[in-house]
Amino acid sequence: MTTATTPDVWIYVEHLRGAVAPHTYELLGKGRELAAALGGRLIAVLPGHGSRPLAGTLGAADAVVLVEDERLASFSAEAHGAVLAALAAGGMPHLLLCGATSAGIDLAAHLAGALGAPMVVNARALAVDGGTVIATSQLCGGKLLCELEVAPGTIVTALAGAFPADAGMSTREPQVETAEAPEALRQIRTAVTRLLEPSAGDVDITRAGVLVAVGRGIQRKENLPLAEELATLLGGAVCASRPVIDQGWLPLSRQVGKSGLAVKPGLYLALGISGASEHVEGMKDAALIVAVNSDPQAPIFEVAHYGVVGDLFEVVPPLIEALKGRRAQAA
Amino acid sequence: MKIAVLLTMVPDLVDELEIDAAGTALETQWLRYVLSESDDHALEQALVLKDRYGADVTALALDHGDVDQTLFTALAKGAQEAVKIGPLPRPDPGRREAAAIFAGVLAAWSPDLILAGVQAINDCDGHLPGLLGGLLTLPSIGVTRSVDIAASGTVTVLKEYPGGLAAEMTVALPAVIGVLSAPQPPRYVPVARIREVTKSRTLASAPTPAVSGPPAPTIRRLFKPEPSGRAKMLTGTPDQAAAELVSILENRGVLR
Ligand SMILES: Cc1cc2nc3c(=O)[nH]c(=O)nc-3n(C[C@H](O)[C@H](O)[C@H](O)COP(=O)(O)OP(=O)(O)OC[C@H]3O[C@@H](n4cnc5c(N)ncnc54)[C@H](O)[C@@H]3O)c2cc1C
Ligand SMILES: Nc1ncnc2c1ncn2[C@@H]1O[C@H](COP(=O)(O)O)[C@@H](O)[C@H]1O
Repeated sequence: MTTATTPDVWIYVEHLRGAVAPHTYELLGKGRELAAALGGRLIAVLPGHGSRPLAGTLGAADAVVLVEDERLASFSAEAHGAVLAALAAGGMPHLLLCGATSAGIDLAAHLAGALGAPMVVNARALAVDGGTVIATSQLCGGKLLCELEVAPGTIVTALAGAFPADAGMSTREPQVETAEAPEALRQIRTAVTRLLEPSAGDVDITRAGVLVAVGRGIQRKENLPLAEELATLLGGAVCASRPVIDQGWLPLSRQVGKSGLAVKPGLYLALGISGASEHVEGMKDAALIVAVNSDPQAPIFEVAHYGVVGDLFEVVPPLIEALKGRRAQAA
Repeated sequence: MKIAVLLTMVPDLVDELEIDAAGTALETQWLRYVLSESDDHALEQALVLKDRYGADVTALALDHGDVDQTLFTALAKGAQEAVKIGPLPRPDPGRREAAAIFAGVLAAWSPDLILAGVQAINDCDGHLPGLLGGLLTLPSIGVTRSVDIAASGTVTVLKEYPGGLAAEMTVALPAVIGVLSAPQPPRYVPVARIREVTKSRTLASAPTPAVSGPPAPTIRRLFKPEPSGRAKMLTGTPDQAAAELVSILENRGVLR
């Protein structure tokens, strides 16, 4: 275990291709509130290379600790973790907040293992109660919530969209402190060789006004034409949750969510999708969300505007018929 | 090349989850466990490397839930060895304690590549691959969708970022990789084949090493989210629900 903890709150600043990840501002906003309640400072930790301009966008923090080295240009848990471990050796903060993102989950877990620090994952609420930080974490794809006490010196990952980003945006110039790149970077065995752009899909689901989204509930590739027929009648396209893509039934360009695309159609019709946070992240801003799910407790009903509890194979055919009937009348 | 694949059993979400009387844990009496989905992908990823390069694949799991069935399935799919670690200090240790147990076992056996699912649905106090990397002082990379053996002693992985973007990374072995998806869907193995393997093979066993680590966070309350009441539910027969939906879409101007 590292040395005694301070009352400070640290935010790991995630950045990709020269821009701070939007989620970081959500953490900064929440971090402000927590640091005030704990009587500590809010510190944004920024490992990078040529990243000084990014520090200017982190004015919500009391200070930005900038660590520059060419081996820190791209993210790896090993390299960025070495920076945080070296800083933590001078005193672990009360709380280190990372995003529950591709980079954040790698970094947080690696660092927790390396430092012997406690960890709490997937927080969607954080508050201070009589000096104790209380986290509410999401489990089991959103079917359960767990309220737990966060010990001083804990590394916490927070879900994207859990806190408003506005509170973390500031035009103030933050105080920037530079820290030496740690010796440990010499031994780094991980390297990023290149970034691969997604291959352009046959349809751009981010431009579709209507999306019919299918999840594991669609059961078989042979059932996809049902969703396609519905999408055609609605003048839209078919997209999907991760398991459907993993089965190879639709290309990656049709995936909505954390590691897929974020979409904002006029209508998002979710068929057999449970509503895991990783999926919801990509579709929660749709103007109208309708969900069909056989499980009345499916978390998708928490984000939907309209819901039908039922078997999609019983609900979609009459929907198709009704739309066809309407079209025939108009003709 | 020695590959270790770590398999974790998680609650089956197909069944209704019940909270225990104390309100801090799941009621386990009727709880069924299944293999964590991303671990199934980690196993598939290992088997792809075995098929391609003749790697040695050992599946390891902590002894709880229906783990025998899961380990025999791993053997039936092509893993050369399956190791059950136990007895456990408590039936379903948290991820933190699980990581320490796996780390103790793996430190003595030193595989070249450790594969595990990037996260499990009941992760609360950590994610296994990252924790293991930190505990064993090995590089760790998570959220991958492909792992390939590159030049001698390194692997190349694709790590996923938002928007379908991926980082191609290389890492010198030994290393821990947290798999999100295998490059192909997990293979299917007929039940008859699993039954055959259950008769012809045995599971190796490894004792639980003594572990230390930070105490698990104190759980105040485990609960189901109260319905937000946001969704207006369309009731009645499927025909009625469909008709109501069409008129909603008409009123909203979605239908032209
Ligand atoms: C790092 C990371 C990134 C991820 N990125 C993404 C991402 O970008 N996008 C994504 O979607 N997921 C992503 N995931 C996976 C995510 O956690 C969930 O596993 C996934 O979203 C679940 O997909 P699903 O809802 O289709 O399947 P499930 O969770 O299995 O849900 C299927 C649903 O269908 C219902 N159902 C079954 N049969 C029927 C029927 N006949 N009629 C009606 N309903 C039925 C069930 O009640 C259930 O609610 C990611 C995970 C990780 C760890
Ligand atoms: N991955 C492993 N982790 C821990 N123990 C192992 C592992 N693989 C094998 N063993 C143990 O080592 C014994 C000898 O294994 P082997 O040398 O691979 O035949 C087995 O019977 C197991 O008990």
